[in-house]
Amino acid sequence: MKKRKERIDRGIKARSEDIFALSSYREMLYLLAPRAIPVVGLLGVAPFLNPYWREVFISTAVYALLATSWDLLISAGLISLGQSLFYGIGSYIAGILNYYYGWSPLFTIPVATVMGGLLCTLFLLPVLRLRGIYFAMVTLVLPLMFSRLVEATRILGGTEGLPGLTPFPNQLTALYVIDFALLAVLFGFRRLMASDYGLVIRGINDNDRSVMSAGLNIYLYKTQILFIGASVGSFAGAFGTHMDMFAGMPGFALDYAIMPVAAAVVGGMGTFAGPMIGAFILVPLSEILRALGALRIVFYGLFLVIFIVALPEGIFHYLQRKYHQLERWVELV
Amino acid sequence: MLLCTLIYGFINSCILALLALGFNLTFGISGVANFAYGAIYIFSGFLTWITLNSIGLPYLLSVFISILCAALIGLLVYYIVILRVKGLALSEVIATFGLGLAIMELFRYFDFVGFKYTLPVFIDGSIGFGEVYVDYQRLFIALIAVGLTLFLYLFTRHSKIGLAFRAIAQDERTALTFGIDSDRIGAISMAFGAALAAIAAIVILPLGTIAIEGGYEVLINALAVCIVGGLGSTVGILVASVLIGYAQTFTANYLEPHWMMLVSLIAIAIVLTIKPSGLFSRQKELEERI
Repeated sequence: MKKRKERIDRGIKARSEDIFALSSYREMLYLLAPRAIPVVGLLGVAPFLNPYWREVFISTAVYALLATSWDLLISAGLISLGQSLFYGIGSYIAGILNYYYGWSPLFTIPVATVMGGLLCTLFLLPVLRLRGIYFAMVTLVLPLMFSRLVEATRILGGTEGLPGLTPFPNQLTALYVIDFALLAVLFGFRRLMASDYGLVIRGINDNDRSVMSAGLNIYLYKTQILFIGASVGSFAGAFGTHMDMFAGMPGFALDYAIMPVAAAVVGGMGTFAGPMIGAFILVPLSEILRALGALRIVFYGLFLVIFIVALPEGIFHYLQRKYHQLERWVELV
Repeated sequence: MLLCTLIYGFINSCILALLALGFNLTFGISGVANFAYGAIYIFSGFLTWITLNSIGLPYLLSVFISILCAALIGLLVYYIVILRVKGLALSEVIATFGLGLAIMELFRYFDFVGFKYTLPVFIDGSIGFGEVYVDYQRLFIALIAVGLTLFLYLFTRHSKIGLAFRAIAQDERTALTFGIDSDRIGAISMAFGAALAAIAAIVILPLGTIAIEGGYEVLINALAVCIVGGLGSTVGILVASVLIGYAQTFTANYLEPHWMMLVSLIAIAIVLTIKPSGLFSRQKELEERI
């Protein structure tokens, strides 16, 4: 007796999918509940953690920002293996403004966000025509190149970096800044991709040539997406650098390139919430496993392999399916 | 000084060619960019050290074992991991990279760090060319690089598996109609690439100590040579390794050793920007850019 799995949308999903058809609190709650989880989690729970775990929470949020920015780029078909480029550029700009000119974080972070976005877009503009793996390799190489350049020329403090930057007034301020930024990015990106503009972006990912033949300038779109993604990455860098009170070569480290990719793979690509979930699983997990030393990176590498082979859709897609659909086994006739 | 730079530049080119041959073979045939390449290189270095020093096997046997093990790893990785994500470039890269990370960090966990991890040279001593002294190991590197290239040339033209390699590389579908199993050939090419990495490790590592960070550098150097030469083109590999090898040696001698790694990174960036398929590769225009 052969069976197959049947998946049917829940009735409540069919009714509440269109926002105009909401007719009961139950349907509203059905839509609201998943969206409330990140808001409550970020704003409500985080402040009650002890200082150590708050610190972990903040660095997790930084990785989550990088991961959502990675996800935006992948939605336009730009495979980035160099989120550390954005992080590093953002952190160096904020560091320079603070170290040499004494600007307060209130100004360095916004300036670094915009300038970093512009600079990274300019760096990657010549290779925007490249596809897939070729674009990925350029992004992988650029941050390595920059860190070697800093090491070789000894500019900007060389291997020592720029120490003693202005920290945030207190931990809670930092926590709320990054929380609001993360929420804005998460819901903003989801809204963006649901709009007509997002449709074009997804089209570029699926089939760039047919978007071109529709008379749309895909390079313009790709540049815009690159700018947005790079700005978010640079923001994360500028924030992180004030958090660590230090800007230097570690900003270009491979960690900031691998972790976002890993988070997106584990969480589920193309959903923005997925990479965030991924980051919130992986970073605290690696923090718990810190006692294991180098072994945690071993686990982490294997984790990546297992997820990409066994559950390539990621956690979020899986959860989403369970939430929206009924599954049952039916007999084949 | 100039003679010295020329000779050492040539040897550096041979090292780069040795490093790139395996990576290039796997990519050229099965289209898999094996990012665990550096890890396999380091793995075979340590395995040779373990069989040689901890178990105490004779040198030739331990070399044989580590080459075999590397090939086996390549084969297994292909069948267990790559086959399930074949064709998805991003997944292949992430999977192999994750695996490489796991292998390398496992050695760090077992504390394989330090100066005692060195492999023996084949024959001790050096030979003079005018005023320049070159040790025998570096001569062996040059010899083996040339020998392996020749071997691969003959192998891909005069053996059944070699011909199947080229068939799959040129046109997978047509090759399938001739009864060539592309999965099997892909796995064998992966094993070959890994074995070549092991050979490179055994020949090159005696020049220094076996360091885990070396794995990343090997990967970047192999990538640089392959990208500049054109992924999948053997002639390109040779030309590119000569170009990058001399460029590296000249910068190291006349500027600063710090800049050496920068040369390969800049070479990658420039070539990808201007001609992504590399100096000696054709056809792939559509795949790589629009």
